[in-house]
Amino acid sequence: MTKQAGEQPKTKWKCSQCGEELQVGTVTVAYLGNEIRVEELKCARCGLVLITEELAMGKMFEVEQSLEDK
Amino acid sequence: MEMDQNELRRLEEKCIQENPPACTAACPLHVDTRKFLQLLGQKDLEGAWAVLRQRQPFPGILGRICDHPCEAACRRKEAGGAIAVSALERYCVEAYGYGTETLRRQAAKSQTVAVAGSGLRGLTAVYDLAKKGYGVTLFEKGDRLGGSLWLQPSEKLPRSVIGEELAGLEALKVDVRLNWEVLPEHVHEFSEKYHAIYLALTPGEAAELLGEASAADPRTTAAGLPGVFAGTFEGDPVSVFAAADGRKAAISIDRYLQGVSMTAAREREGAYASALYVNMDSVTPLPPVVADRDNRTCTSEEAWQEARRCLDCQCLECVKVCKYLEHYKGYPKKYVREIYNNAAIVKGTHFANKMINSCSLCGLCAEVCPNALDMGQVCLASRQEMVRKDKMPPSAHDFALRDMEFSNSAYFAMTRHQPGFSSSRFAFFPGCQLSGSSPGHVKQTYDFLASRLEGGVGLMLRCCGAPAQWAGEEALFRDAFNQLTAQWERLGKPELIVACSSCYAMFKGKLPVRSLWEILAEVGFPRSSAPIRPLHLAVQDPCTTRHESGIQEAVRHILESLGHHLEELPLHKELTECCGFGGLMGYANPGLAKRVTEKRTQESPLDYVTYCAMCRDRFAAAGKRAVHILDLIYPGEVLDPASRNDPGFTRRHENRAQLKRSLLNEKWQEKQPMEAEYRSIKLYCSEEIRRRLEERLILDEDIQQVIEAAERTGRKFFNPEDGRSLAHFRPAKATYWVEYSPEADGNRIHNAYSHRMEVIEDVKP
Repeated sequence: MTKQAGEQPKTKWKCSQCGEELQVGTVTVAYLGNEIRVEELKCARCGLVLITEELAMGKMFEVEQSLEDK
Repeated sequence: MEMDQNELRRLEEKCIQENPPACTAACPLHVDTRKFLQLLGQKDLEGAWAVLRQRQPFPGILGRICDHPCEAACRRKEAGGAIAVSALERYCVEAYGYGTETLRRQAAKSQTVAVAGSGLRGLTAVYDLAKKGYGVTLFEKGDRLGGSLWLQPSEKLPRSVIGEELAGLEALKVDVRLNWEVLPEHVHEFSEKYHAIYLALTPGEAAELLGEASAADPRTTAAGLPGVFAGTFEGDPVSVFAAADGRKAAISIDRYLQGVSMTAAREREGAYASALYVNMDSVTPLPPVVADRDNRTCTSEEAWQEARRCLDCQCLECVKVCKYLEHYKGYPKKYVREIYNNAAIVKGTHFANKMINSCSLCGLCAEVCPNALDMGQVCLASRQEMVRKDKMPPSAHDFALRDMEFSNSAYFAMTRHQPGFSSSRFAFFPGCQLSGSSPGHVKQTYDFLASRLEGGVGLMLRCCGAPAQWAGEEALFRDAFNQLTAQWERLGKPELIVACSSCYAMFKGKLPVRSLWEILAEVGFPRSSAPIRPLHLAVQDPCTTRHESGIQEAVRHILESLGHHLEELPLHKELTECCGFGGLMGYANPGLAKRVTEKRTQESPLDYVTYCAMCRDRFAAAGKRAVHILDLIYPGEVLDPASRNDPGFTRRHENRAQLKRSLLNEKWQEKQPMEAEYRSIKLYCSEEIRRRLEERLILDEDIQQVIEAAERTGRKFFNPEDGRSLAHFRPAKATYWVEYSPEADGNRIHNAYSHRMEVIEDVKP
C-alpha cells in the first residue's frame, strides 16, 4: 500500500479547507492492535489523509483480512 | 462446546467417507480394487497393475489364481451384477508385459528369519520380510519353490509365470535352500541361529516339528515357543486367503522383532465388512460386459467397459447436496480435522476461519448422513470458541450484528398491549426481516390477529437474536434474549405468535411460541375480495423449519385452501435446502452464498412460494420469481408479487423504522422520538450506485453521517473541475468514504466505499 516518497501523484482532489494540493507523506494506519506506517497522499498543510477506493478495496482490504486471520 | 481430542475423534468417526469400498474390505490383502478399476477404465494398464502390486506379493500369480472375495461384496451386484474383477485382474497381468521387475528392499537389518515351506503362505511371508530388510532364509524340501502352485492347471497358471514371479526374490536377497527338509531336531538349532522362525507348513507338519508347542495363536500365528510362528491356516493353500495368512505371520514377526505389541490394532487386517455407506437409489443397472469368467481372457475393449461399470463407491451423501461442503473440496472428516487444527493455532494464520464462517448451519448434512454428523454444529461450536478466544475475524459478522442492534434499538423495537387492552393473551412477533421486507403485511396480519383472537394480542417488534446466535456471540445473544424476555414478561408472558421460522427456532423450548401459519390454519385467515388467480408454485421450506412438520403442513394447507397448485422441490420438508442466508453465510462468504441461492433457484422452473421473508428476498435478488405466503393472503395492489424486488439493506431499515412510526401513530396515538438530524439529508443515486452500496453493505444512514460531518467541519476533499466532494467518517469500526455533489434539496451520491483499518490522523485546524 506504500507509495514511493518523492513520487508525483496524480489526483484530482484538493483539500477543501486549505485549498492545498495533496502530497505523499507518512501515514500511520492501525488495525487489531497492529500499526503500519505507509506513504499516502495528504494535505500538505493540515494533514487530512486521502484513502482512495482502489486502496481501500484492494491492498488495504487484503491486509485487513490477513490480520483478521492471525 | 469446547472441542477436545476425544470430541474430535467422536465427530471424525461419524464421517465414514474414508472407509474403504466393500471390495477392498472383503479382500484379505486389501487391494484397492476401486482404484484398480478406475485406472483400468482409463486404459492405464501400468497404473492398474501398480495398484495390484501395491498389496499383492506376486501379482502375476495372484492375478490368475485369486478367489476374488471382492466380487461377492461388490455393490454393483445390486444393479446388474458384480464387476468381473477376476477376469479384469487376469487381463491386466496378462496384458501388462512387465517381465521380471527389480524389487526394492529397505535398508538391510541385522535380524534374520528362517521360513520353512515355499507355498503361497511361505512365499508371501518371505517377500514381506525380505522387503523390510530382514535377512531371510527359505527352506524348501522339494527341488523348486512354489509348493501347491505347481498343482494348478497350466492354462490357469502357466508354469513360466511361476518361475518369472519368483525370480524377483533374488533381488530381495533371499537365501533359498532347496531339497532341505526341516526336521524336529532343526528347530532348536534354528532358534539359536535365527531371530525368528516361520513354519509355513500344514498344521499337521507343524505339529510334527513342534509337538504341543505347535498350537498357534490364530490372531498372530505365534506358536508356543518364543520367536516361533506356525501355520494356522487350513483352507486352500492356493488362494488369496493363504497369501493373507503369510502376511499375517510376517506382520507378527516384524512386530516381534521390533519389540512392539503383536496384537494391538490388528482388527482390520484381514477381510471385514466396510462401514462405507453407498446410496444405491439412483444407480442405473448395467449388465456385465464380461460374462464368462472361467479362465477366459477378455478383450481390451471388454476390459475397459467392464471396469467402467464400477460404481466408484463413495459416501459423500452430504457433499452431494451441499454447495458449501462441495466448495472446500473435501468431506466432513477432513473438515473436522482442519477446524480442530485451526482452533489449536496460537501464532500464525487461521486458514479455516472463512470455511467455519461460511456454513449456513442448516442441518441438511446431518439429515442425509448415515451417522447424523452435523457440520453446522461443528462450525457453530467453533465460532463460539473463536469469539471466546477473541479470534473471530471482526468483519465476518459485523454488518449482521449491527443490523440486529438497529432492530433492537428505539428505531424499531417496541412492546405494546393491543390498543384498549391492559393484558395480552398473545403477542405477535413478526420479526425483523418480514418487517423489513413487507411492513404492510405485518400491519394487516396484526389487525387480523387482534380482531380474531380473544384475550388481547400484544405486539413485539424487535430481533429474536438469531444473528448473534449464528455468529457464535453467546454473550450478545444472551443479553438480547434477556431483554426480549423482560419485554415479554412486561406483557404478562403471552403466547408468542411468530411469522419467521428463525425466530421460532430461537424461542422454541424457552418461551411459549406458535407459528403464525399454524394459527392461521387453525382459526382461518382473511379472504381477499380480489384473490390472486390460482398459481402453480414450488414450495421452499425455510431451513429453520426442517423438523417442524406442523408448520410445513399448515403452510401447505393455507396455500391449497387459497386454490394454488403446489409442487414439491426435489429436496423439501426435512430435507430442505438453505436459501443462502442461514448462518450469516451471505456476509462471511457472499460469493459462495450467491451460488447456494442460484442452485436452489434452479431446482424448478415454477415460481417459488415460501414463508420466510429472507428466502423470498434472496431468491428475488437472484432473479428468481418468488412470493411470500402473505403476498397471496393479502394480494393488495401489487399485480404480480413474484416480480417484487429484493428491498435491500437500506430499505429494510427504513421499512422497519417506518413500520414502528406508523403503528405508534395510528394505533397507539404515540409519536416516535425524533431521529438524528442527519437522517433528513436527502440522497439521490443511480440504480448502479444503489447496487454497489448494497454489495458493499453501505447504508444510507452511513452516507448521511459522512455528509453531515463533512459539511459541519469542512473536512473533505474537493474537485474544482466537477464540483464533487470526497469525505470520510468513522462512526464505529469502519470508515466510510463518500463522493458526492449537491443536487436540488439534497446530494447526489457518485461513489462510496469503506475500510476497517483506522487512519491515525493528526489534522491541524
